[in-house]
Amino acid sequence: MDPNTAGWALVVALFLPLVGAGLLALMPASMDRQIRLAAVGITAVAFALVVAITASFDFGRTGELQFVTDVGWITAIDARFIVAIDGISMPLFFLTYLLPLLCAIYTTKNLPAPGKPKAFLGLMLMLQTGMAGTFVAFDLILFFIFWELVLVPMFFMIGMWGGPRRDYASVKFFLYTLFGSVFMLIAFLAIYFQAGAETWSIQELSAMAPFGSSTFQTWAFLGMFLGFAIKVPMWPFHTWLPDAHTEAPTIGSVLLAGVLLKMGTYGFVRIALPLLPEGALRFAPIIGVLAVIGIIYGSLCCLAQTDVKRLIAFSSVGHMGFVMLGIAAMNEAGIQAALFGNIAHGVITGMLFFLAGSLHDRYHTREIAVIGGGMLKKIPKYGVMLTYVAIASLGLPGLAGFWGEFTAMWAAINPGLGLADDFQGLYLVLVVFAAIGTVLTAAYFLWLLQRINLGEPPAQWADEPLDDVKTIEWVSWTPLLLLVLALGIFPVLVFGVQDGAVSVLMGYLAG
Amino acid sequence: MPIDFIAIMPEIVLTVTALLVLAADLALRGDAKQLVNPLATFGTLIAIGFTVFLWGDERTTFGTMFVVDAYAVVFKLVFLVALLAILGISWRFFAEGRYFQGEYYFLLLTSFIGMVLMPSARDLLLLFVALETVSIPAFVMAGLRKRDLYSSEAALKFFIIGVLSVALMLFGMSMVYGFTGTTDLVGIAEAIRAGDADVPLLLGSVMLVIVGFGFKVSAVPFHFWAPDTYAGSPMPVAAMLAVASKAAGFAGLIAIAFVAFEPLAEVWAPVLGVIAILTMTLGNLIALQQRDLIRLLAYSSVAQAGYMLVPFGLARSGSDAIAVNDAAVQAVLFYLAAYAVMNIGAFGVAIAVNRRTGLRSIADYAGLSARSPLLALALTVFLLSLGGAPPTVGLWAKFAILEAITVDVTAFGVVLGSFVVINSVIAFFYYLKVVKTLWMDEAREGLPTLQPGFNLSAVVVVLMVGTVVLGVLPGLITDFTSITSVLATG
Repeated sequence: MDPNTAGWALVVALFLPLVGAGLLALMPASMDRQIRLAAVGITAVAFALVVAITASFDFGRTGELQFVTDVGWITAIDARFIVAIDGISMPLFFLTYLLPLLCAIYTTKNLPAPGKPKAFLGLMLMLQTGMAGTFVAFDLILFFIFWELVLVPMFFMIGMWGGPRRDYASVKFFLYTLFGSVFMLIAFLAIYFQAGAETWSIQELSAMAPFGSSTFQTWAFLGMFLGFAIKVPMWPFHTWLPDAHTEAPTIGSVLLAGVLLKMGTYGFVRIALPLLPEGALRFAPIIGVLAVIGIIYGSLCCLAQTDVKRLIAFSSVGHMGFVMLGIAAMNEAGIQAALFGNIAHGVITGMLFFLAGSLHDRYHTREIAVIGGGMLKKIPKYGVMLTYVAIASLGLPGLAGFWGEFTAMWAAINPGLGLADDFQGLYLVLVVFAAIGTVLTAAYFLWLLQRINLGEPPAQWADEPLDDVKTIEWVSWTPLLLLVLALGIFPVLVFGVQDGAVSVLMGYLAG
Repeated sequence: MPIDFIAIMPEIVLTVTALLVLAADLALRGDAKQLVNPLATFGTLIAIGFTVFLWGDERTTFGTMFVVDAYAVVFKLVFLVALLAILGISWRFFAEGRYFQGEYYFLLLTSFIGMVLMPSARDLLLLFVALETVSIPAFVMAGLRKRDLYSSEAALKFFIIGVLSVALMLFGMSMVYGFTGTTDLVGIAEAIRAGDADVPLLLGSVMLVIVGFGFKVSAVPFHFWAPDTYAGSPMPVAAMLAVASKAAGFAGLIAIAFVAFEPLAEVWAPVLGVIAILTMTLGNLIALQQRDLIRLLAYSSVAQAGYMLVPFGLARSGSDAIAVNDAAVQAVLFYLAAYAVMNIGAFGVAIAVNRRTGLRSIADYAGLSARSPLLALALTVFLLSLGGAPPTVGLWAKFAILEAITVDVTAFGVVLGSFVVINSVIAFFYYLKVVKTLWMDEAREGLPTLQPGFNLSAVVVVLMVGTVVLGVLPGLITDFTSITSVLATG
């Protein structure tokens, strides 16, 4: 495939899951087994296509759009259907096709009550198109549509297959995100009219930026900030996340942590920064402060959790804090760190939610006190796996979690674009607190491991026949486990892809 | 002065159909009476044909009272397609319910004659006649279930409040005529521009006219009739009142506000803006409390009227305001078209569930997904669209409103926009509550199986597909609404 002309490949990959959802809907509900296998087939074909796209992607010029499709769509408002991929989109797009494949494989054997694989997998495929579209849409209106498209399937996933408080969690998730995204839309509209260029193309608008006075930019940035920060989620807009993550079924949590949250940071990097550089510069210290509060707050909350899944959910708040700290640094290293942290968090925390889900399948509880320890003796392979991923998550050098956090702090010591002149002291304090946050992160993960992995299994579980890691789990988890290691040893896998695109972005930012 | 018969062909066809329906009802006996429905449908299709034929034409007749332009044609098509859908959802309801079919279809068609007249009317008198032609048959239709006390109450309430507000409006119109010496809308605008515009009594009479239309579109505080009337009327009539009759009110309000009283926009725009805020907020807050689906839809339709009033709050006078006013009118027009599709659809599903069983509480919709996946899916799509979620046309309707606000940002516009945003979130709360009941709650035992029948299913499916297709390709509507401009300002 020639990346200059093969725009069709990207469009096919984008809508294949949606078409697949339609195909699943046509199958009779009684064909339970076949439906699950069909979903694996659909996601596998889509993933294969994305691998092919990746293979033919021109890594020499990641700063330019490749596989471009640009056709008219809604002429009355000048919206166009622009779909393309560049170095910033590539890793996220890849992840968006890997995780659903693994989820589909996992679902062949595991599906929470009330079953109904047709509806569940159909929704997952719809969700996949929504998420993937967000990362490749280069028209603000199209971006907004994909962004919003994600809400409905996730609402149903949490609401129908979720835990005991699913009603509350699903509605909270939907309304919270919706609230932010409407303000984001208003900011888009304001930019459109301010630019007066009659285009929604992110590329064209980025090249034309900045628009309007710095007051205008501040207000417009505030609108986008609400939309993206809620999605990330940044403290204090994070309160939907612990509920949604905890109540969602395993697959829902994996996709939420693995991809959905990334849409927020991606939005900041792709849209908010290049379109509103002055607004971004004004907001950067605020973002930094909120990010570090999120790191500390998330870790402290983790220390207080008694439920493994809820603990992992709160750890997301902390990790996304590091990602946002990278963005707040407003320099090339910071943006790189943020995007790398995105991918690392997606892989690691996605994997952690898989583990939390299967923990629940075995013990039928996620209470740390009830599990009571001894997993390394009782189910050793599982215990080792949990240790490995937890250590990756706390940022051990050599594994994926390290590079995002380390680079973010390193970048924030010396913030770019003149921020160093006015806020050097502030940023130093932020970095110090972020470093304290890494210690706290290590503390709660190690404490978690100590409480459930080490020691003797309590009497309650001693004679219970608990399965160790099953074949289906090996199949669906191995790719993630390898990625954790690979990204840790060869961070250039992601840094290198993003490099060109981030340079272009910094060009827009510097004006 | 010769009459341009081609210009009024859609109205003529509807009138002839209405009379034929009445005659056929007399001639037919027993079960054969239900054939009046296909007859009415056939007449509507012919009227649509003539309306489409008028597309791209500019015609004026009856002096300058009656105008056919792109704006009027788009509006007429919205009405006629709505009529088609309402005929579809009415058939079994009226055939099985032993209602007075001939009368119903005659009244329905008559009411729609008034509606298609409305967007063409450029004269206070014709507007008044059109509005009354819409309203009076509706009073009767609301009370069509004669032996049902609720239906009688619905009709009486509707009638008394309706007549009162029409009287106020007529009083206002007579004063406007007194001040300006003309009933022609453009003439009124010129007279106001030329003369002393700020006569307090003139402003008062403008407000009286607006009150009359406020009643028609069930804006707060003139909305009290709406929930009771919707709940008491036969359901297809409720659908017609909630959609078509409301759209007619908006057609009239656009003509009055943006053509005749355009020079006074600085006065009425803030008033209508505040009414919009009250209408959407109050409608949504009360809708949150409802346990009956029809009443929920009734209050939601009050709230929807609030969204549609928002663009009126943005209006301005003067020649430099044309861009803002055009965007405002187009937003209303687009919203109405979208609203017609999704709201008639929602009522259609309600009729399918209610028709044989009489069930209407939201709790009765529990587990609808298991009993009838198609209806559940359809209602889900309609409710999400009413809320404004992608990929449905409802999203673009909200988008159009926000777009109109951002054309030229003002402080009041920002306030209006914030209320639209907050209200969309509130509204989703109760729409999602219903959606959750459909899919996530267990059905209770002993609920009868649903047999919506072919016509109703077809209408619901077409509307559902339409909601989604227009959600993906809103250009199918915007390409037409964007070239309409009612406003011969200037």
